[in-house]
Amino acid sequence: MTVSTDLELKSFVLLRLGERRFAVAADGTAELVAPSRVFRFPHKTAKIEGVILRRGRIVPVCDIAEKLIGKYITSRRFYLIALRHYGLRTEWVALPVTGECELISAELTPASASDEPHVAGWLSHGGDVIEVLNLDALTPGPNEFFPHPAGSRATAHSSAAEARL
Amino acid sequence: MPMPVPTKASPLRSEQIILFRIGEQLFALSSSSVQEVRSADSLSGGAYEISAPGIDKVRLFVRRGPNTLFLVSGATHFGLSAPDGILAFVLRNTRTALLVDSIEKMTAMTRLQALPLSFCDDERQWYRGLTALDQTVVPVVRPEGFLSDDELMLLDAALPPPELSSEETEVEEDPDFDADLN
Repeated sequence: MTVSTDLELKSFVLLRLGERRFAVAADGTAELVAPSRVFRFPHKTAKIEGVILRRGRIVPVCDIAEKLIGKYITSRRFYLIALRHYGLRTEWVALPVTGECELISAELTPASASDEPHVAGWLSHGGDVIEVLNLDALTPGPNEFFPHPAGSRATAHSSAAEARL
Repeated sequence: MPMPVPTKASPLRSEQIILFRIGEQLFALSSSSVQEVRSADSLSGGAYEISAPGIDKVRLFVRRGPNTLFLVSGATHFGLSAPDGILAFVLRNTRTALLVDSIEKMTAMTRLQALPLSFCDDERQWYRGLTALDQTVVPVVRPEGFLSDDELMLLDAALPPPELSSEETEVEEDPDFDADLN
């Protein structure tokens, strides 16, 4: 008699921050791009460095290294463009990473109650146990969705918050 | 058989904006929201000092008829390490005269992208959104975002009685700076 075990394999993107690797769900990523000019302007949100221009869109750059490895990374090789959910809306965020990314298939072990909110689960790959990141908890955003103030001409749409005038 | 007349793509609507600097930082502001551009000296010539608790960005005000105009330091408002600007934008339908350093140019924008939701602090009140001009991203400021209702209440409470601060007196103005935009 053969016992078959159904493993639910999912696709993940492995990213590197310094010496450590982390994973994000592949269906929540868009592309890996070379570093480009970061445009900075005054704001008060921690962990946001500025924005980059990508395919005509303005994408915020979120520093996740400080939270994950305890230090800011100065040598970045790529930006991983990933989707961040805000309620029903999604927007791109650019995550600075220090090495190339890798697409893998692995089984996800769900996070436990004792894990930090930014941990969506765990996977095993190449002898390492790797944190799968919950970007919604790791990157800044409003606690609850709020409407735009009256008078604002810009209206955000799902993943393309852009207004033609 | 005649060929069908090709339909023209509708032209993009655009909005006239003023690009200006506070320190090294570039900002944009809809030109329709600017009532006057004055040299700060000409405006502050008829201004009086004011000190409201917690509102360091306003140190002067002017009375114009029944209205009071507060001179807001753009540098202090945005947390920039720059001295107070030498130009004042009197913002339409507000009680703000914004002090800025220089006007870069007037131009038009055709797209305004909402501020990404990752930005979740005071900047959501400061900016209408972001626009890309010549491969540069520029924040488009919200004229009403310089003084909140709470701040206006505190400033009003700190105003001296009208008899101690008369209306703005006209001083000699620099014609290069004084321009009614609309």
